[in-house]
Amino acid sequence: MKTFKGRVVTPGTAKAEAVVTHGGFNTLASLQSPLQFGDKTAKCGDQNNPDLYGKPMAGKALCLPQTIGSTTGGLVLYCACAMERQPACMLFSNHIDSLAAAGAILADVWLDNVSMPVVDCLGDEFLNYVKDGMMIAIKDDGVVEVE
Amino acid sequence: MMKLTDEQQAILNGSKGETMAKVMKTQVMFGEAFGAEKMVPVTNEYNHLVTSFGLKLLGPVYELMDKLLEAGAPSQQKFSVDPRPLDPNVPANLLQKLIFKKFMYSKQDFYEGQLDKLGLMDKDAFTCTCYMDQVGNVPKKGEILSWAESSAVVYANSVLGARCNRNSGIMDIMGSVLGYVPYFGLLTDEGRKATWIVKIETTKKPEAQLLGSAIGMKVMEDVPYVLGLDKWLGTELNDSVKTYLKDFGAATASNGAVGLYHIDNLTPEAVEMGGKLITENAKVYVIDDAELERVKNNYPVMWKDKDATPKLCFMGCPHMSLQQLKDWTDKVEAGLKEAGNSKVVIPTVFTAAPAVLKEFEKTEYAERLKKTGVITSYICPLMYMNNPLCKSMPVITSSNKLRTYTTARYYTDDEILVQITKGGK
Repeated sequence: MKTFKGRVVTPGTAKAEAVVTHGGFNTLASLQSPLQFGDKTAKCGDQNNPDLYGKPMAGKALCLPQTIGSTTGGLVLYCACAMERQPACMLFSNHIDSLAAAGAILADVWLDNVSMPVVDCLGDEFLNYVKDGMMIAIKDDGVVEVE
Repeated sequence: MMKLTDEQQAILNGSKGETMAKVMKTQVMFGEAFGAEKMVPVTNEYNHLVTSFGLKLLGPVYELMDKLLEAGAPSQQKFSVDPRPLDPNVPANLLQKLIFKKFMYSKQDFYEGQLDKLGLMDKDAFTCTCYMDQVGNVPKKGEILSWAESSAVVYANSVLGARCNRNSGIMDIMGSVLGYVPYFGLLTDEGRKATWIVKIETTKKPEAQLLGSAIGMKVMEDVPYVLGLDKWLGTELNDSVKTYLKDFGAATASNGAVGLYHIDNLTPEAVEMGGKLITENAKVYVIDDAELERVKNNYPVMWKDKDATPKLCFMGCPHMSLQQLKDWTDKVEAGLKEAGNSKVVIPTVFTAAPAVLKEFEKTEYAERLKKTGVITSYICPLMYMNNPLCKSMPVITSSNKLRTYTTARYYTDDEILVQITKGGK
């Protein structure tokens, strides 16, 4: 097991299997199709993302450098949370970007009984180490344990 | 920790009700995630929102909008909003229309009602290029905005010199309802400095959409300072240069997450400050012909049959400028003449803001374009392409944004012209 320490953006704990993207996560391109057409597993619809395309993301520990793309990104993430198709947690190697932060914070403030803890600033080493399918546990204080 | 004024703290404590307290809490948490130490007033006249579509899946957003309206919390500013997702002018078969109306945009009328109550500028204020003179939402240099829409934000920051972070949808409304946004990132002098130097070493004027794509994918959300582009664009921000930068910026923002770029000798802050905008140890990215070719060749082709004959062509994501509509009228006419055709051989839609189209209709170009068979529309091509039945159609475009989010296939402007006037694959 390896431990990483990041910064808590939205609080909470989670334990889930990792899905990893090394390129930017395009929130609109990734989530639009699954949200629109009732895919409860939220399979990634971003054709430009070879790491994630076609992989289920709901309930997974989504490991990423940052999100990219349309400024609908935050509200799409918020909707994923409201529809309970969000990742179990989002773990950023970089500092979180403004779109992902908006989605996570909107969900935290405006939705009851929805949890999607977010930790950022985990560093490149985290993203280099973690692989699809590894079990990840995140603690309250931004500590991330990777199996 | 953010330092709030007494008034802001009171709102956070509930002086204006629970909903406004949540709006303030959202903005405070958002600012703290980026180390903001204070809120600053939004200073421009109009806001711009990204969410223009009554998409069924966005139910939670409409519920949130209702909460704001119920709390008597209208936007402090009137606003424009992204383009409508539907236009009967744009070709669609019966089944596609059924899916648009019944399954996808079934909330459109309801949502437009919400926008109206919240403070829509006027019934035609639906465009991603709100900064066109004809639309009239043109912020001034140094003004603080609460806009969303990635292509509009990058344009406002870079070409107009306004100050706006890459706000998400909903956050755009929150800033405007509150009248304040957290002070960080692209609102600050420091955040507007370039951490990348991009050197243009091409042998011809680079395609705006390709160049933006290459830079976006390389610098992600950083600020690039572009050297050598003034050789091709000149040093004056005229209509055709602004149009180029509109398309360039949209590609940087959708293929990456760029919110601001500086073009040496051209964009306002670069003209004012030049190399002082570049941070120490800025990384360097050199772009030559081969690099642009490499970027283009790496775009995935999402068509089932990669040799299919295109069924539709979309131009105008972001919406075309008046100058662009005129230039393309000339180009299409010349292309058709050369090919010996009288009308375009692929159904072709040019999209622009309703106010731009209205001005275009007043010119002699409108009739000429109509004769070529090209259709004009205010639609959002991206929203059209989200229809699963449209997804399976072979659609071509020179928009890198449309390519990124849909199955539309990218061609350069010159290639598109050949395709629509002469045919080909």
